[in-house]
Amino acid sequence: MRKFFSNLYTSINKEPWSYIVTFGLMLIGSALVYMVPRSLMAFLVLMLAPAALYFLKMNNRIKLFAGLLLAVVILPVLGVRNIFYLEVIFQICVFAALALGLNIVIGLAGLLDLGYVAFYAVGAYTWAFFGSKQMSLLYSVPGAAPANAPFFLENPDWFWFFIFLGIGLAALAGILLGLPVLRLRGDYLAIVTLGFGEVIRVLALNLDKPINITNGPQGITPIQRPNLSPDLLNAIRLVLEPLVGHSVTDAQFYNVFFYFLALIIIIVAVVVARRLEDSRIGRAWTAIREDETAAIAMGIPLVRMKLMAFAAGASFAGAMGVIYAANRTFVSPETFSFLQSIGVLTMVILGGLGSIPGVIVGAAVVVFLNIQVLQTFSLYLSSLRQSDAVIPIINFAWKNLSTQLDPAKYQKLIFGVILVIMMIFRPEGLIPAERRKRELVGEKEE
Amino acid sequence: MNRQGSVMKQLTSNPIYKFVLFPIGQILAFILGAGITLSVLVILLAYIFRGSVSNLDLVERTLAILPKVLIDGITIGFVYATIALGYTMVYGVLEFINFSHSEIFMVGGVVGVELLRYLETQGSLAGMNQYVVIALAILLGMVISGSLAVTVERVAYRPLRGAPRLVPLISAIGMSFFLQDAVRLILGLTTGEFNVILPKFGTFDDFQVFNFPGLAAPVQIQNKTILLVAVTVVMLVGLNYLVNGTKVGKAIRAVAQDRPTASLMGINVNLIISITFLIGGSLGGAAGVLFALKVTRLDPFVGFFPGLKAFTAAVLGGIGNLTGALLGGIVLGLLESFGASYLGIFTQGAFGAEYKDILAFAILIAILIFRPSGLLGQTVGQKA
Repeated sequence: MRKFFSNLYTSINKEPWSYIVTFGLMLIGSALVYMVPRSLMAFLVLMLAPAALYFLKMNNRIKLFAGLLLAVVILPVLGVRNIFYLEVIFQICVFAALALGLNIVIGLAGLLDLGYVAFYAVGAYTWAFFGSKQMSLLYSVPGAAPANAPFFLENPDWFWFFIFLGIGLAALAGILLGLPVLRLRGDYLAIVTLGFGEVIRVLALNLDKPINITNGPQGITPIQRPNLSPDLLNAIRLVLEPLVGHSVTDAQFYNVFFYFLALIIIIVAVVVARRLEDSRIGRAWTAIREDETAAIAMGIPLVRMKLMAFAAGASFAGAMGVIYAANRTFVSPETFSFLQSIGVLTMVILGGLGSIPGVIVGAAVVVFLNIQVLQTFSLYLSSLRQSDAVIPIINFAWKNLSTQLDPAKYQKLIFGVILVIMMIFRPEGLIPAERRKRELVGEKEE
Repeated sequence: MNRQGSVMKQLTSNPIYKFVLFPIGQILAFILGAGITLSVLVILLAYIFRGSVSNLDLVERTLAILPKVLIDGITIGFVYATIALGYTMVYGVLEFINFSHSEIFMVGGVVGVELLRYLETQGSLAGMNQYVVIALAILLGMVISGSLAVTVERVAYRPLRGAPRLVPLISAIGMSFFLQDAVRLILGLTTGEFNVILPKFGTFDDFQVFNFPGLAAPVQIQNKTILLVAVTVVMLVGLNYLVNGTKVGKAIRAVAQDRPTASLMGINVNLIISITFLIGGSLGGAAGVLFALKVTRLDPFVGFFPGLKAFTAAVLGGIGNLTGALLGGIVLGLLESFGASYLGIFTQGAFGAEYKDILAFAILIAILIFRPSGLLGQTVGQKA
């Protein structure tokens, strides 16, 4: 203990500013969000805190402590005050997990998978089918469901089992897809996976006949959520309500619950990805990525390794799919479109192929851009449209601005621009992977 | 024997035979081969399953719609073939999948339809000769799509030449997404709507009726179908001449075979690659206009599925092989048309035309497993 404090003391003396900046951001950010829950800037200040935590040099235990404080106390409390932020953070977590999974496939093993959401869909539809009333509606037409149909599983706590089943099924789907196509070269693989993604979506859309399995384009709802123990809830309420400043409903508890669940998945995903990266398997993946022929010559079992990459990547998406279905209590084929696959790809490319912190940052940036910045911008434009303001020099009245100019609807444009620009100017991403850094250093020395 | 050989030689070296008769014969052979094989297969299936359906005669129904199915398949097959040529040419030269080609195709269609709409608002559409109008639309579509393809290559692909394989591919995907939404934005800002609907003009929707002895009902073919087939055949023949009969074509083939050596022989590789994109893009643009004539309604996302299927067609025929793309397009078009029409009949409505998009992917996966080099391609090792 004494040693820890002496270490801490020297560390603080060495880099006092990193401590001040990090804790300052945490403090100011939480205070700002607490006081002005609707302000975008306040939320941004708070979001800088984890970034500072990651990038600045500090004592590791202090880092851990600060991270826990942020994730377990500050974010839930502030999130309950403004449930929208909790939703943003939940989505960031979901997509970060997806991006981590895709990162294994693309970043480590170098296999371009353009149908990644198919595995997400496998997980989501697994729980959607078993956790809803769909089992007793197999022979009824979509939309004409009897109101009193029973849930298939009486106890919604099967959810926990289905997380693991979702992992397994998604991994199995990955292997089944991988078996025929993994002998192919990278660009063929991209098209085949894209096709697979579309196949899953078309199946989800059309398997409402002859047997109604997916309920077609209307999607499946309601889907059960796991039980939260009331005693535990009341205990938490005692602590939480004074902190939040108003009473907390069960729905809000569910939001917090899913946030923690997603957080746990992320932590597991990060640990698994890190352990894999420098393991024998990870190095085999890197070898395959860099030069397949040489990798085979070194005795790496090519197909088995590629299948492992596919299965490992898919399993993250499967787990997240189950959680997503329970969180939304609704799944429909539109959630699993090609756009989503490219969205996850954009996160991975933006953050940095093969870089774990990179893809998390990429997920955060893209989600934030999507559901916060673009929306705000759209709202701003529409408020301008309703006002009498005129652009001075060119004498253009905002009123005449076309309603088609709605930034929130142009995700594809933004994803496309990000992909092209990153590929041309910074193919290694915002936060390049460690291995790439090492490679670059090596080149300099030559 | 010797004399006969020299006659054959004379014939094959005759440019009219080499650049007109032979390609058209090839196209005919592909259509007849694929069409007859599939028809026989379907009729056989109908006989086998005849007993399982009680209230209708399966064979009779099969035969009744067969001519229409064949014509539909050939029409869409030509569209696929024309797009597939763009994929396959770029693949031959650069060895990468030009993902944004489906959007080049879409832009061609949208531009063509917008021209027609412009003429309609000017009031001059009805007064003009319909063939002049459609020729103008196709030409404009070709020019715009061709220059767009060249621009895209210059902006998004050329800086990445020599990078790892995945890098230009990802850039191409980005470009494809960008173009979709950019077109939507432009259409939205200028017309307030991003669905473009072809104005009605001329006699393209009318039917030509052909009576064949031995067929119960006369065969009806729409004028626009005939136009589509005629125009694509002319373009395919022209492309064949361009690639196999001119100096530029020789340069393209040289670059495809070995880029460094071609450059040592004094070929301007960058220029040739641009020309390849120009040709592929303008073919795509023309296909877009013809496709618009056929479906009469476009939106900025309409290129996605035809593009993917054309790519499948290119792979089916053997990617990098121009004849292969033609064959692949026709075979795929027919397969899809047969699948969409007969799947519902044979499964009694349990599975219908909505699975036709999956069918193309199933075919793609099957080819890649069993014959990755395609029907006409040679097995080539991976370039290190």
